[in-house]
Amino acid sequence: MITGFLIRALDRNITVAIAVILAIAVLVPASNLLLSADNPLHIPTYIMALFGKYLCYALLALALDLVWGYCGILSLGHAAFFALGGYAMGMYLMRQIGSRGVYGDPVLPDFMVFLNWKELPWFWHGFDMFWFAMIMVLVVPGLLAFIFGWFAFRSRVNGVYLSIITQAMTYALLLAFFRNDMGFGGNNGLTDFKDILGFSVQANGTRAVLFALSAIMLALCLLIASGIVHSKFGKVLVGVRDAESRVRFLGFRVENIKLFTFVVSAMMAGISGALFVPQVGIINPGEFAPANSIEVVIWTAVGGRGTLIGPIIGAVLVNAGKSFFTGAFPDFWLFALGALFIAVTLFLPKGIVGTVAQYAASRKAYRRAQATEAAREAANQAEAGPTSTQAAE
Amino acid sequence: MSETKPRSLLYLDGVSVSFDGFKALNSLSFVVEPGELRAIIGPNGAGKTTMMDIITGKTRPDSGEVFFNGEIDLTKKDEADIAQLGIGRKFQKPTVFESHTVWDNLELALNRKRGVFSTLFYRLTAEDKARIEEILETIRLTHRKNDLGANLSHGQKQWLEIGMLLAQEPKLLLVDEPVAGMTDAETAETAVLLKEIAKSRSVVVVEHDMGFIRDLGVKVTCLAEGSVLAEGSIDFVSNDPKVIENYLGR
Repeated sequence: MITGFLIRALDRNITVAIAVILAIAVLVPASNLLLSADNPLHIPTYIMALFGKYLCYALLALALDLVWGYCGILSLGHAAFFALGGYAMGMYLMRQIGSRGVYGDPVLPDFMVFLNWKELPWFWHGFDMFWFAMIMVLVVPGLLAFIFGWFAFRSRVNGVYLSIITQAMTYALLLAFFRNDMGFGGNNGLTDFKDILGFSVQANGTRAVLFALSAIMLALCLLIASGIVHSKFGKVLVGVRDAESRVRFLGFRVENIKLFTFVVSAMMAGISGALFVPQVGIINPGEFAPANSIEVVIWTAVGGRGTLIGPIIGAVLVNAGKSFFTGAFPDFWLFALGALFIAVTLFLPKGIVGTVAQYAASRKAYRRAQATEAAREAANQAEAGPTSTQAAE
Repeated sequence: MSETKPRSLLYLDGVSVSFDGFKALNSLSFVVEPGELRAIIGPNGAGKTTMMDIITGKTRPDSGEVFFNGEIDLTKKDEADIAQLGIGRKFQKPTVFESHTVWDNLELALNRKRGVFSTLFYRLTAEDKARIEEILETIRLTHRKNDLGANLSHGQKQWLEIGMLLAQEPKLLLVDEPVAGMTDAETAETAVLLKEIAKSRSVVVVEHDMGFIRDLGVKVTCLAEGSVLAEGSIDFVSNDPKVIENYLGR
């Protein structure tokens, strides 16, 4: 059962992509740790941290592609699941600080001492254990997606209306997390992390491991997503995207199909957030900002929606571009992003990977047409041969 | 409760529904027997499509009874339930999965478990393969099985959709305007196809094309303004003065 799922998942392009990602997972940390700083192949820690961040974004874009590219649900609130995964990790990292905080309280994080809280709120319990926090990284975004999707898909909210309420969801969370009373550090969020599983988050080795983990999780989620879209379920998913009522009248429960996909996608987004937080060292309510979710849509569209690999490429390219442009021309970055989105919509409606795939397919069709043409000509000549000899007689 | 109900496959009695004050169906009563092929005609706005919406659970009636197989109350079920009970529907506009191949379209329609996990781990069995090949043969699309739905001609899309309904193995097939936009040759072939299908199940066909209905040679129901105007053979119905006034005469 599972083997069939995996065999279908590994088509040629996906296999290559997974191999490349896994190679990056090994080579980049190895170059950072093993090569000396003056070696031309040495990758400095800040570059590795930067690319680790891009890998998290790539995973977020992959998660969005699963719901948007294959199921047609344009979620404009996916960064909310990312941020919730990030907060779950952040809470674990806060508890790890222990008495090393500014106020030196053995249990309460600094911001709670500052707010004069006497004891830990109930929802902070358990986050001192890594395994519990990791389960919450999956459960919290998954549960929110389940509750949200249960109501939205059952009442058949579709298209623009669904996009708007996903946007409203992330905005509501943004406002909620800004409040100090929520117990998540208000607008400062969670920061000043010291260590993770006993290893300093600042150490090169820890950063290398986090980088490798980000790449491995990306490869794993790509494998799962590919297995989903290449199964019969994936075909139903595309059916829902293209002709929802047909799927319904064939006897499928569209709401369950959407709900499953939305929850899986939200969990992937949660994982990406959890990997992001220790690498950047902070999580604050800004991550819930509606603009963040919209940026994810742009990465996915640039790379090519409905291709799985495209969003990964899109996320890395756009963010690398962002890092470069914000450094080189800080005032123009937003214009560049806007222009990029317009250009992609106008000239590459299928995104980078979609356009390349289309070109490859048309080349293949052209070659096939040429082959049949040649075969026909050969057949004609073979036929013409005997007739011409007959005519000569 | 009426006497005919237990024996009939589909039973509608006194069904009314209105949209924003417009009475789309006005106390419609209509019975289909098992194994019957029935044609429905009527002017635009007569309620033909609304009737199909009610039977397939897309629209809920304001009043009236809808029973399937004698005892199943269709007004309490939704589209997926009703499809699984064995009622298949072809839309007016051909609706196939354009980005899937003809083969995949049929594979999706096949009457197998439709849950999330059974589809996630589904594998094409030899039996399913044979069934799909058989349907491809019936709908005359074997040579196009690897082509995308989007690349089919209009008539071929109509046939593919009929094939998808066959794959569903329904007891009752509702077919909305199957020959709209088809050439004469395609229309004649579709009539043959539908008669073939009706051998093993009930079929209700909504159509405007009187020549096509004549080809089918079955009992005809004429709807107008949301209720039944006349019912009988094509000659009987087309000579009915009310039908001529309401539909044919115009």
